[in-house]
Amino acid sequence: MTSTTSKSAYWRGIRNGLPFLFVAIPFATLFGVVATEAGFNILETMGFSVLIIGGAAQFAAVQQMVDNSPTLIVIAIALAVNLRMAMYSAALVPYLGSAPLWQRVLLSYVLFDQNYALSVLEYEKRPEMSVGEKVAFFVGAATPIIPAWYGMTLVGALVGSQIPPEYALDFALPITFLSILAPAIRTLAHLLAAVVSVTAALIFAFLPFNLGLLVAAVLAMITGAQTELWLERRGKWT
Amino acid sequence: MDMNSSETWIVIVAIGIGSFLIRFSFVGLIGDRKLPDWVLRHLRYTPVAVIPGMVAPLVLWPPATGGEPDLARLLAAGAALTIGYVTKNVLASIFAGIGTLYLALYTLNILG
Repeated sequence: MTSTTSKSAYWRGIRNGLPFLFVAIPFATLFGVVATEAGFNILETMGFSVLIIGGAAQFAAVQQMVDNSPTLIVIAIALAVNLRMAMYSAALVPYLGSAPLWQRVLLSYVLFDQNYALSVLEYEKRPEMSVGEKVAFFVGAATPIIPAWYGMTLVGALVGSQIPPEYALDFALPITFLSILAPAIRTLAHLLAAVVSVTAALIFAFLPFNLGLLVAAVLAMITGAQTELWLERRGKWT
Repeated sequence: MDMNSSETWIVIVAIGIGSFLIRFSFVGLIGDRKLPDWVLRHLRYTPVAVIPGMVAPLVLWPPATGGEPDLARLLAAGAALTIGYVTKNVLASIFAGIGTLYLALYTLNILG
């Protein structure tokens, strides 16, 4: 590994991460607005965005606190929303597990949905990348988004309730997720996993503490893996 | 909201530390030990296993409309999915979704 190729992987990460500014900017702004309206001061609102960096978990925590849930329930629900990150962390092991500890600490802090998805796609496309290049790409993909996340949370907190609900900023999150998801459906196994995930999440939505989503995710992963094995046995898996 | 400032900070810091430990769990603690094939075969499907289940309730019962299904948001979700699947391009999909959302909100607003 030379520093030149790491530098180019870093820049490629930045370029690939840039489009997500269109999502991070409205989403962080919205969080700032919502948290301020809920009664948190600017420092507390920034605390969420700097320490947690996970929009869905941040919104879940604010919502629970507004509902006056007990402290432990608030923490448990926000962490349940973020539990998917454990799966991302596990999925990154084959690519980044041999990086130095300080790099793994850093990249764990900036691990979120978008740069995870971008990075795994990139690593599958370019298996010849060195570990150093893979780390550089990952951190590159996070680089444009993190400052925007902090900065726009602050702007949202300052702007407060100025943004009217007609702008439907709430829907930036689902659209981002769908936009990451759709290109990732490359095989029958991916498609069936996605269908099981939706169906099971809706069926198990009655379970408390977001457990329904975890059940759905496990069932969907099993579906994907079994479909892959089945296609392999029939000689139709490439 | 009844929580005072020190309780608020306890919650924020606890979620922050917990989130870091979740993210660090495998990549930090397991390191470069090899994971077995069956584990990798399941992990390949994590994005398509988690994201659809997380999005489905947000699309069908958006919190912004008090949980009532909303035509503009449904159309936007459909456009993002279709364009993303056909073009395999994340940005094109985001533009299609947000464009459709605003167009639909504007049109439905005029009609309604």
